[in-house]
Amino acid sequence: MKILVCIKQVPDMESKFKVNAAGNWFDETDLAWRMNEYDEYAVEQAVQLKEQNPDAELTVLCIGPERVKETMKKALAMGCDRGYHIADNDSHLKDPFAIASLIAGYAKDQSFDLIFTGMQSQDRGSAQVGVLVAEILGIPSLTTLVEFSYADGTINAKRELEGGTKAKVSCATPALVTCQLGLNTPRYPTLPNIMKAKKKELLSVPVEELNPPALLIETLQVAPPEKKGGGLILEGDPAELADQLIKILKEKTTALA
Amino acid sequence: MKILLVAEYRDGQLLGTSSELINFATSMGAESAMFLVGSENKLPSYNGRIYLADSGQAGEFNPDGHKQLLLEVIAKEQPQMVVLPHSSYGWDLAPRVALALKAAQISEVVEVRDGHLVVPACNAKLRRQLKPVTDNCVVTLQGGAFTPSEEPSGTPEVIKVEATAAGAVQFHGYEEAAATGVDLSKADIIVSAGRGIGKPENLEIIENLAKALKGEYGASRPVVDAEWADQSRQVGTTGQTVSPKLYVACGISGAIQHLAGMKKSEFVLAINTDKDAPIGEIADVLAVADLKQLVPILTEKLNAL
Repeated sequence: MKILVCIKQVPDMESKFKVNAAGNWFDETDLAWRMNEYDEYAVEQAVQLKEQNPDAELTVLCIGPERVKETMKKALAMGCDRGYHIADNDSHLKDPFAIASLIAGYAKDQSFDLIFTGMQSQDRGSAQVGVLVAEILGIPSLTTLVEFSYADGTINAKRELEGGTKAKVSCATPALVTCQLGLNTPRYPTLPNIMKAKKKELLSVPVEELNPPALLIETLQVAPPEKKGGGLILEGDPAELADQLIKILKEKTTALA
Repeated sequence: MKILLVAEYRDGQLLGTSSELINFATSMGAESAMFLVGSENKLPSYNGRIYLADSGQAGEFNPDGHKQLLLEVIAKEQPQMVVLPHSSYGWDLAPRVALALKAAQISEVVEVRDGHLVVPACNAKLRRQLKPVTDNCVVTLQGGAFTPSEEPSGTPEVIKVEATAAGAVQFHGYEEAAATGVDLSKADIIVSAGRGIGKPENLEIIENLAKALKGEYGASRPVVDAEWADQSRQVGTTGQTVSPKLYVACGISGAIQHLAGMKKSEFVLAINTDKDAPIGEIADVLAVADLKQLVPILTEKLNAL
């Protein structure tokens, strides 16, 4: 059995974001990078599937500049066997179709039984890449999964819908699944596994060799949202803040009536 | 411009997002038609053509089947834009259609500015203005971004389309959220915990404030996913939608999915260390403070009243 998991490196979403000089994305200065949260669930599910099928081979794929290798190493330490890095300093300028085409271009000759992706990225959130990869490859895809099981060439899963409802779905492999938060509990890599990961294969291929397609989307502008006035902002000593808040709650709400 | 709107239907009901789709088309000054896999007994109020496939035949969830039907309607209508809700139905179907059309897809549009589509990025801290380079495009709309001030009216002209294709994905029905003891939608006061509580032991701080205010406590998705709070406490798109008289958001940055579940609250008090957190956009008052310091003091003072 061959498994692929596709991950993305994103900035910590708690960061403050400034628009870059080119005006087409954020400035990277002082940002801390981590694995896209949705992809952590994808890696965990892929590793669990590998553990369930000991002969399985699990590859992790990531597109981006040199720094994304750090995130790939985390996936290797979580249990992926090898890494395939598409080295691309301009990955942030690519649209979902271009990213999906690069992934599908790699996957098409590899006969993966299962491909895992996050359901979306935390920074762009298009929720397109996984489905596009599957459609380009001509395999079924199940999206937004909060439960997953695999046996004998069939995936049984639950999709998360709105309002707490789930849809029970299944399909045959080869297939692609996109993982929603809460699908499992992503493991923390142990120190021995972090050491082992350093010795695992991590192949890096320049994106120029892979003929990325022309872009379908042009970015006209990136800017912070306009402040819609917002409310009152209070700062200061906690005890004084508490008094101010109680006064406001008395005046503006019926909560203390 | 001509737009094809794709309405949603689930568990025998038309979903309310169809009015947002219609309002979007109106705001674009575009001619529109609609596509729905649903039932002729549950049609939206709409002054236009609806291409209707029967969900009994096509299946309520059948990505390949719905894609094929939609492509046939697109071939007939020749729209420049195909618009779906950015929902579990829309984000699943939209890329399938976009790829078949070789069209750009722009996801989760929140606004149209100068004729261009605007989408959020980085937890709503940035906005991107995008333009499709392809002649046609597929668009998904963020829930609530195009809610009309008045519900649309009119009776649609129904054109039936026949469902044929079975798909590669099998659908085996729905599983409803487990019935729970907490109905947050009935609470007048809700104090919610976000990731900012830092560790599960700190949930008690939030519960105590909720008690002091004689309200219920809630939680954001990350807190529930980390199993620090029960799923029945979750506020947001995939949890409960609430509209209390007072909503206190503690350590909640304000992801779109959370805001969608509580923005109809009468009064929102946010407690957050980040002055620029998106929750500040809808909060009546934002107290910039560490909840672990402020909330216990606030609780103590409230109990002493």
